[in-house]
Amino acid sequence: MNRTEHPRAWLLVAPVLAVVAFSALIPLMTVVNYSVQDIFGPGQRVFVGSEWFREILRDERLHAAFGRQLLFTASILAIELPLGVAIALSMPTRGPGVSLTLVTLALPLLVPWNVVGTIWLIFGRADIGLGGALLHGLGLEWNYAQNAADAWALLLVMDVWHWTSLVALLAYAGLRAIPEPLRQAAQIDGASPWAIFRHVQLPKLRGVLTIALLLRLMDSFVIYTEPFVLTGGGPGNATTFLSQYLAQRAVGQFDLGPAAAFSLIYFLIILALCFGFFTALTAHELHDAPEGEGGEGEA
Amino acid sequence: MIDLEWMAWTLPTAVFFAGIAALLVGMSVWQHVSPTRRRRGALGLSTTRGDRVFLGLLASAFLQLAWLGLTPFSPWIAAGLGGVLLVWILRFG
Repeated sequence: MNRTEHPRAWLLVAPVLAVVAFSALIPLMTVVNYSVQDIFGPGQRVFVGSEWFREILRDERLHAAFGRQLLFTASILAIELPLGVAIALSMPTRGPGVSLTLVTLALPLLVPWNVVGTIWLIFGRADIGLGGALLHGLGLEWNYAQNAADAWALLLVMDVWHWTSLVALLAYAGLRAIPEPLRQAAQIDGASPWAIFRHVQLPKLRGVLTIALLLRLMDSFVIYTEPFVLTGGGPGNATTFLSQYLAQRAVGQFDLGPAAAFSLIYFLIILALCFGFFTALTAHELHDAPEGEGGEGEA
Repeated sequence: MIDLEWMAWTLPTAVFFAGIAALLVGMSVWQHVSPTRRRRGALGLSTTRGDRVFLGLLASAFLQLAWLGLTPFSPWIAAGLGGVLLVWILRFG
């Protein structure tokens, strides 16, 4: 394979590089600088080496927030992925129902995150909210401001409402891309609907589902706005996830050094997750095209 | 000279970033002189040289964090081990 490289290509990516430098690289470097210093104010700072990292890594509250984060992310993935695929499978494939379903499904995705939090904040209240009032009417003791389990339930339901559509839309697009004759052939051979799904459709959905998983994993791992609006991390610390604990340290207590060390650890975790999924996504393609390995002109 | 006081630079972090920058420049020159070949190594992943440097740096960072979190010893030991790990991944990974 012959590839020609043109210097003009660098000119075309230069604006992106400049923007990334200002929006990501310089802040990141500043955070690294903060993470090794105790900062009292402008111009007043002391180098402390790796002390903040030691402190943060041994922070019990951080461990607890990390555990809650993992539980939350695992829960919403376990609900949203199967539910999204199930919705996609039951969506109409032709007729006016298609557009209607697509628009309806897309609606939650268009709502700003703080508004989503507010919607569910009101919906869950027993005095003025429909959902809370219904639960009370059924005789349930429901109070998400005081009961941790209730707060968790409300958060999970909210996230499922907000984001399952994304999985469903991706899975729907993936399903539509599968040639219809494949399904028909399986049907003629007497395959059950489950067998068709398991052996014809699901393997073809691998790509879009990996993307859906990746997007939901990343988004839920950095979730901030909705829990902040809905529960404020409470009751107690019951719904304080990583980003909110980070904000408490950085903005609330102005512990810039520890917060910076925390951000870097958080960043490394996200980076490792991204790499893992990127590898999972591309390993498939590399397996499919082994002749490309080693035999390329650039090798 | 632009005032960079707001970025709160220290000598160690400046040296660290200069090292990373030098590494990137060095890798670019190496790529130009002798282009990388994608291969599968001890990690079982199909990687280019740049992939392995990224992986090596990431692995060293996690090693350093584990060291700081679990042991009371000097971070320099972990930095040394991280360097060894980076070279190992680059060579055999």
